Amino acid sequence: MAEVVLNSVSKSFGDAKAVDGVSMTIPDGAFVVLLGPTGAGKTTTLRMIAGLERPDSGDVAIAGRSVLGDTPARRNVAMVFQQYSLYPHLTVRENLAFPLRSPLIKASAEHIERRIAEVAGVLQIAHKLDNRATALSGGEMQRVAIGRALVRKPQLFLMDEPLSSLDAKLRADMRIELKRIQSDLGATLLYVTHDQIEAMTMATHVGVLDKGRLVQFGSPREIYENPASLYVATRLGQPRINTLPAGLFAGAPAGADLMGLRPEHIRIGEGREAKVTRVEHLGDQTRLHLALDGHPLVTLTDAHTPLATGDTVAVRPENPLYFAAAGTRIIQGA
Amino acid sequence: MSGYSITEPTLAQKWIAGVLVVGYALLTILPLIWIIATGFKSPSDAIAYPPKVVFEPTLEGYVNLFTTRTRMSPEALEEIGPPETWYDRIVRQYDMVISGPSRYGERFLNSVVIGFGSTFLSVFLGTLAAYAFSRFKVPLKDDLMFFILSTRMMPPIAVAIPIFLMFRQLGLSDTHLGMILLYTAVNLSLSVWLLKGFIDEIPVEYEEAALIDGYTRFQAFYKVVLPQATTGIASTAIFCLIFAWNEYAFAVLLTSGTAQTAPPFIPTIIGVGKDWPAVAAGATLFLVPVMVFTILLRKHLLRGITFGAVRK
Repeated sequence: MAEVVLNSVSKSFGDAKAVDGVSMTIPDGAFVVLLGPTGAGKTTTLRMIAGLERPDSGDVAIAGRSVLGDTPARRNVAMVFQQYSLYPHLTVRENLAFPLRSPLIKASAEHIERRIAEVAGVLQIAHKLDNRATALSGGEMQRVAIGRALVRKPQLFLMDEPLSSLDAKLRADMRIELKRIQSDLGATLLYVTHDQIEAMTMATHVGVLDKGRLVQFGSPREIYENPASLYVATRLGQPRINTLPAGLFAGAPAGADLMGLRPEHIRIGEGREAKVTRVEHLGDQTRLHLALDGHPLVTLTDAHTPLATGDTVAVRPENPLYFAAAGTRIIQGA
Repeated sequence: MSGYSITEPTLAQKWIAGVLVVGYALLTILPLIWIIATGFKSPSDAIAYPPKVVFEPTLEGYVNLFTTRTRMSPEALEEIGPPETWYDRIVRQYDMVISGPSRYGERFLNSVVIGFGSTFLSVFLGTLAAYAFSRFKVPLKDDLMFFILSTRMMPPIAVAIPIFLMFRQLGLSDTHLGMILLYTAVNLSLSVWLLKGFIDEIPVEYEEAALIDGYTRFQAFYKVVLPQATTGIASTAIFCLIFAWNEYAFAVLLTSGTAQTAPPFIPTIIGVGKDWPAVAAGATLFLVPVMVFTILLRKHLLRGITFGAVRK
């Protein structure tokens, strides 16, 4: 396993800057999640580390050595593609054996057989080994794609939304399984997702990308509690952080235009009056949709709340985050 | 409840469609049936007017196709004794004896060597070129592709004289190698264009996965792209073979002896006594390899193996 260092890496496709001066150090054994909307440069970043794209400028180093001159094969990384990319002319077994049969590894037949059995067991695809790769469901294909990465023991795993096609239960199982495999192997893993639960539960570090730039890199907790900008604050949190004019409540620092309020940072029972517009019972919790001076606001309350649409409640912010109009964070007292 | 009713074709419509399809099929296959039938007619039946649809089949045409015959005086025939084999008997009706094999076998073999040789070469080179055009940044790619296509915009025979002179200088006239190279050159544009279309359809993600899985670019091409391109390779091979197999003009111009293919040879049979059944027999047998080749590759044409493995 190895440390990966990106040093002001940039990549453009025509006029579009896909990745813009990204510097990031992925420590050995870390589980790094890249967050950002479509087009933020997550996949391009993975592809540059894998060697499928060449950066226009900057450097990529794996285990202390620049790999820019290396072919993807020589970099010894494994990648799970978003589109699975299983070899359609091969069976599941042959797909899993493919990396081990490569001229770089040339594993023995017994070794290949043993690794396939291990991986198939972990991913619950043992009964599908002799199926053609095209005769699988989306979820099975995705597990085979993960399996194809796991059979090798590469320096680095790259995964591009590997759990996106699984149903909720399987996804929860796989999340735990992936995390377990990663910590058992001590593997370094770079992971792209939209799913905040995946980010929060699996990541040791989260990198947030915006229009090709890395806007914040830190532990999931740090990203959640101490976002550098409104953009970062909106990437994590379900329901999303509420954005209100800073002047709605007293105590805003100078220069603050917007106030960011996480749903759990709204104290009910004191403060300003808000009208309940909708109550969503989710079973374990209840979401209250409020209107405060015409501004929509979502907060959480206990599962058996007596509140109903049309009621009025008093709300008060607790530990709000303040931002300038451009979205940069303004730290209170700083 | 559906808002639209689905109209079933009426019985009359089905009949009209059926008659049209069967009629068209008969119309296109009629010349073929006629050629095959003529091969089994006697020379007099073959030129009978009105044409005979019902006739007594004979292998005379095939015997004449494969043999050369000499007419002999009744005394000389007496000396040889009665005919011993069925083919001897057939020629003896005309006071003739078989004096040796004809050149049809050789010419047929030439066609096989040149046809399949040039097909293999066209498809092999075409696949490599098509892959490069499909996957790599080739400077002036569009112009090059257009140039390759433009070589087919005039009839190849328009450059017959330069090619004739060139072949004479290079010592390629009337050689197998010369004909294979010529047919490959003509077919290559078709093969590059067809195969590029097929390779473009194979998602590049498969090769990327193979590159990461530890394979070189060429190994990825060989192990991942090629197996998925079989449909395209098979259909391209069929087109190339049909062209090389049926080509007449260059074969007449550039071959006369050693490398002569069957198409220029078959008409020369007519010269020997208006032997239409032998010509028809030669043409019928000439059809067989292309038909067999097409039938063998048919399953590759029908199988879409790439379906469904990449999420779009």
